[in-house]
Amino acid sequence: MIRGHHPTPRMMEPIMASRPRTLYEKIWDAHTVETRDDGTAIIYIDRHLVHEVTSPQAFEALRVAGRPVRRPELTLAVPDHNLPTTARVDAAGKAVPIADPESAAQLAALEVNAPAFGIRYIPATAREQGIVHVVGPEQGFSLPGTTIVCGDSHTACHGGLGALAFGIGTSEVEHVLATQTLLLQQSKPMEVRVEGDLGPGVSAKDLILHIIGQIGAAGGSGYVIEYRGRVFEQMTVEERLTVCNMSIEAGARAGLIAPDDVTFAYLKGRPMAPQGAEWEAAVAYWRTLHSDDGAIFAKSVVIDAAAIEPSVTWGTSPEDVVAIGGRVPSPADFADESKRVAVQKSLDYMGLTPGTAMTDVPIENVFIGSCTNSRIEDLRAAAAVLKGRHKADNVRWAIVVPGSGLVKAQAEDEGLDKVFIEAGFEWREPGCSACLGMNPDKVPPGERCASTSNRNFVGRQGPGARTHLVSPAMAAAAAVTGRLTDARELA
Amino acid sequence: MQPLTRVEGRAIPLGLKNVDTDIIIPAKWLKTISREGLGAGAFEALRAEPGNVIDDPAYAGANVLIAGDNFGCGSSREHAAWALGDLGLRVVIAPSFSDIFSGNAVKNGILPVVLPQDAVDRLLEVAREGQPITVDLESQTVTTPYQDRFTFTIDPFRRECLLGGLDEIGLTLARAEAIGTFETARTAAQPWLMRGTGA
Repeated sequence: MIRGHHPTPRMMEPIMASRPRTLYEKIWDAHTVETRDDGTAIIYIDRHLVHEVTSPQAFEALRVAGRPVRRPELTLAVPDHNLPTTARVDAAGKAVPIADPESAAQLAALEVNAPAFGIRYIPATAREQGIVHVVGPEQGFSLPGTTIVCGDSHTACHGGLGALAFGIGTSEVEHVLATQTLLLQQSKPMEVRVEGDLGPGVSAKDLILHIIGQIGAAGGSGYVIEYRGRVFEQMTVEERLTVCNMSIEAGARAGLIAPDDVTFAYLKGRPMAPQGAEWEAAVAYWRTLHSDDGAIFAKSVVIDAAAIEPSVTWGTSPEDVVAIGGRVPSPADFADESKRVAVQKSLDYMGLTPGTAMTDVPIENVFIGSCTNSRIEDLRAAAAVLKGRHKADNVRWAIVVPGSGLVKAQAEDEGLDKVFIEAGFEWREPGCSACLGMNPDKVPPGERCASTSNRNFVGRQGPGARTHLVSPAMAAAAAVTGRLTDARELA
Repeated sequence: MQPLTRVEGRAIPLGLKNVDTDIIIPAKWLKTISREGLGAGAFEALRAEPGNVIDDPAYAGANVLIAGDNFGCGSSREHAAWALGDLGLRVVIAPSFSDIFSGNAVKNGILPVVLPQDAVDRLLEVAREGQPITVDLESQTVTTPYQDRFTFTIDPFRRECLLGGLDEIGLTLARAEAIGTFETARTAAQPWLMRGTGA
């Protein structure tokens, strides 16, 4: 029933494989413990991130079954989803209690479960605390060529480092804790090739929103996307993380960008990255991690970078993307009957009239944060627009939620906090915050939010909340004018 | 996990495409540390609308849900599968599913059935008439009292797990020796990979 592999892992074989392989196939092969006759493989998991929302039932099941965690050092636990983003310690240095009893219970469960199972836990009050997908790369826990999982769909983010990273459910969280593996079917490799260069003022977020608009919310279902082209080679790691983060919004479980010198420079010296001779060996291995010439992708999409403008969503699916210079579409613009119905429902929910210029849409709330756009470069981009300016009177609520305590400290060193505060923003503690509104940060019913997060689903930022997904510069520009705005006009 | 071989009953004709897991179970319901009781929050926003299909008495006791493309997209929250199970649903029929949701569904004894859009449209019609739909996993067929018969494909391992109500973790732990061999080779060749938080 089971075909065993040679005990030497495939990763150590010479690069001369029998056929050219994609980056995805190389990582998959290097992690295959064995493959069943039905095609299901036992895939080894190198890194596991755990947060408080999708783990309590997994730890409880382990406890009931009397199963230990197989490799506790390969899991890192950080609270992020439920945490309020207001001050965590009072003037006396004492931890501030969490007001919501359910959130408090869930956070307390992680604080107990992680050490009980021997797992490293970063507490809410630590400088290293943050959103799991910001913390993993920042600590050097996430590395190229590794398999990385987390009970969170935006785990795709870590693909920006050249890791095969994907979200899993709670049963799989339990599976990884107990076995350090998952039972998986191989996905198909897909290439999104971007040709040419992005115009000035067009960001990684604009690019990924545009890509999702082109291929659709299910365009990547069943695939792992590799982003290819000189645009990605020229990106910083932060920008690559933003792109890969939203792969799941196109239906792909994972997104990948081949690691290169930019990646290695980013990781060198990070606390959990390899050091010394092991660093050199790791880099030598990482240099083999690219799709071979002649490797075959099951699906290929080509995007013209020069045609992309700053992007914004108008509807309730991340595929509902339009250029900022565009207009709210009409159901009649769509050929597919079920899409016409969906568009009408979206427009009703969003309170938008077909034909309205996107730049005429007023904004009452602005959220800068989330695992998509809460890194230092995102805060710099937003602050560059806000410097010397103030939010418009109709913008009732504007918050900046840094991705981690380290991002927050870096931003404060650069004086960015003052720029935000002087512009009328609130400067908060790290966490997932208004991306999904599990903590007290919510957008009120019927109000709009220009948000740097990743999902514009119905009720995502709070019941009845209306989300427009944008880049950090675009969110800042919307705050200044009080309506959706082309940030290039404020450059 | 409860085995699943054959399900016969009423079906809820939801029909919408891109039903995301925030629609199936909103974030405020994720604060639980249990898998139970999530049916109360299932489709909360949808059920706030008068005359919605989920609470329509015509479909009371349904164990099948019929939806459009890309069902279960978005968040990896397994709470979506727990919520559907708590509503009494054992089968979801749609033209396509998100990868993470379909995996979560199977692990909770819920069968995701992929059928072409025209077959789904026909089943929506039958469901709206209040007629039962029969889903048979052994023969991989969906049938109706009108002699409609649609066959579907499913990954053989998922089928085996559903039919047998198998514990995947138990299956993998039975291969612990192979995992150990893999780890030993890796520790020798690339020790930095095995250090993790202990770097």
